[in-house]
Amino acid sequence: MTSILIKGGRVIDPSRNVDGFFDVLTEDGLIKAVEAPGAISGGDKVIEAQGKWVLPGLIDMHVHLREPGHEYKETVATGTRAAAAGGFTGVLAMPNTSPAIDNAEVVSSILDKAKEAGFARVWVAAAMTKGRKGEVLTEYEDLKAAGAVAVTDDGSWVSSPKVLRRVLDYAAVAGLLPLCHAEDHELAKGGAIHEGLVSTRMGLPGIPAQAEINAVTRDINMVELSGKPLHFCHLSTRGAIEAVRTAKKKGLPVSCETAPHYLFLTHEDLGDYDTNAKMNPPLRTADDQAALREALADGTIDAVATDHAPHSVLEKEVEFIDAAFGIIGLETSLPLILELVRAGVISPARLVEVMSLNPARLLNVEAGTLAPGRTADVTIVDPEVEYTLKPADSKSLSRNSPFWNRPLKGRSVCTVVGGRIIQ
Amino acid sequence: MTDKINFPKDLIDLDAYTPEQISHILDTAESFKEVSEREIKKVPTLRGKLVVIFFHENSTRTRLSFEVAAKRLSADTVALSASGSSLSKGESLLDTAKNIEAMNPDALVIRHGASGVPSFLGRNLSFPVLNAGDGAHAHPTQALLDMLTIREVKGRLDGLKIAIIGDIAHSRVARSNMIGLVKMGAKVAVAGPPSMLAVGLAEAYGVEVYTRPEPAIEGADGVMMLRIQMERQSGALFPGAREYARVYGLNKERMKLAKDDAVILHPGPVNQGVELDPSLYDDERSVILPQVTNGVAVRMALLYLLIDTPSDQG
Repeated sequence: MTSILIKGGRVIDPSRNVDGFFDVLTEDGLIKAVEAPGAISGGDKVIEAQGKWVLPGLIDMHVHLREPGHEYKETVATGTRAAAAGGFTGVLAMPNTSPAIDNAEVVSSILDKAKEAGFARVWVAAAMTKGRKGEVLTEYEDLKAAGAVAVTDDGSWVSSPKVLRRVLDYAAVAGLLPLCHAEDHELAKGGAIHEGLVSTRMGLPGIPAQAEINAVTRDINMVELSGKPLHFCHLSTRGAIEAVRTAKKKGLPVSCETAPHYLFLTHEDLGDYDTNAKMNPPLRTADDQAALREALADGTIDAVATDHAPHSVLEKEVEFIDAAFGIIGLETSLPLILELVRAGVISPARLVEVMSLNPARLLNVEAGTLAPGRTADVTIVDPEVEYTLKPADSKSLSRNSPFWNRPLKGRSVCTVVGGRIIQ
Repeated sequence: MTDKINFPKDLIDLDAYTPEQISHILDTAESFKEVSEREIKKVPTLRGKLVVIFFHENSTRTRLSFEVAAKRLSADTVALSASGSSLSKGESLLDTAKNIEAMNPDALVIRHGASGVPSFLGRNLSFPVLNAGDGAHAHPTQALLDMLTIREVKGRLDGLKIAIIGDIAHSRVARSNMIGLVKMGAKVAVAGPPSMLAVGLAEAYGVEVYTRPEPAIEGADGVMMLRIQMERQSGALFPGAREYARVYGLNKERMKLAKDDAVILHPGPVNQGVELDPSLYDDERSVILPQVTNGVAVRMALLYLLIDTPSDQG
């Protein structure tokens, strides 16, 4: 395998408290050396990275690749190509496919497809319960052996506390991170957007913030009972964030993520029934958004994950109430979070923590660092380039984004996965 | 006839219309009322124009009202009805819109059970789209005919107090009336059980909100009772029709709280004995049937004002 010398970039690697100008050499798929500029010679291939940021490869820990079953929306190949375009070297694939990823065979087939496509690493979150019904646990040891790193019933909340208790216990023993879609279905049922002034004006059934807060609060109680880790997906409300902050202060093993759209949009952005602003959990209020930004900065939020959810026009160009929940996000996540860096909300190192280091640690995968000897997953970012994205630019098979034509600044110019240049 | 300058292309809801434009619609409707009283109830204004009337949800009176209005203006009408969502048919809403456009109509009247469909169609079609009611969102022609009816009796809207009682949360009639009446300077007080009041009504619409009907009706110039959807009982919005009638229904006793000359409105069809005591249906203060007559006039005015006619050029 070729060795690569990445020269003169600003290396930001919070795993080793590094932020400065260094050359990075990869060899045989691993980081070989990180040294002062000019100190390393060699490299079959040289990448001039002056003016660029050199980061441990970014990880998106919440991605719907839609295989198997919904290949008209996305495939492992198109989804990972979008990931690479957005600067991600690894993604965590969600199991709400058809059939659900709830057995070792399906896990293996996803991993095989990812290897064949070769655009980014794919880790698999398998179903937490059989058929994602919240009743019977899937076979965690088998799933782990097949390569799964997490379990989730994403899209559904495990409403039985007894089942959740068992999930937490077994996942911890198997070494799988349980991911929680926190939504009190009874309360949220029938809702289309956040319950508030906008739902009142639009005449749409609402999803109260308490649907999320109820679920997070109950689940934190279960973590307290079991003492085992639990990770909350795509949090959107101030109340949920405050519950997680309190739980962390008590030393409970909880973690959480939010998505770029909750950090940048509110329910006021639903515009004229824009189905590309319809997702679950729904866009919330400006106050929720402020709480999320604060929590991203203070460490309450561990990760930014996109909840990349491709849907075709058949699910989106329909009546708003019937339109599918979810938007794509892989290609707009990095430029949006860079906007938070420029606005002084978070530091560049914190961006790397929430988009690389923390997801790697939570999923217990070998990534998220540029330490010599570790696998050579690298994202090279031009923080200055200004551009917009149009639907035709999408590398995803789907086009359901609210961020088309938004002025963006900063993007990935190259990703390296296992010492191989992707683009 | 009055000029049509600067009207929006579509009528989705009254929020896009100025008070002057609303007055203009009401004035135009008033002048069209005379047509319905002639021996030959027809004018040639929209001869050769095609109005597609697409009802994606059951309705008798609104559809009939639009058809009568279009025919009195000599427009051709095609009435389509459908049920089920475009999703269930595997057709996108845009396909539906483009299929209608391919018939080259001059206006589309759309009733749909899903909020937001008329504005989607309006964005994607080059000709006027008139909202005949979408989900719980808007029913602007109903609000306009209500305002016309009140104005006829009271001579004005500005400074009046209008009470709207019932399931505000699920009512497109209430939403469009709140927007329109407040725009025209009326004070609006709404009342209903808490489960039927959407969050933030006061802030969203600038109205007074009560959980009992009495303070809303107190001193009102008009009392609008909303139809209670019996099927919504499954959602436990209220314990039962009998209790609803007792606490929220309009009867002679409650009507005493309103001004002596207050009018009683209802968008129909009335659940007699639930929201409205049967003794009030034929009360001299009831304007429920004039509302229906005015519905035709308002819809004539809107078709006339929104559809381009040769006389508009130069």
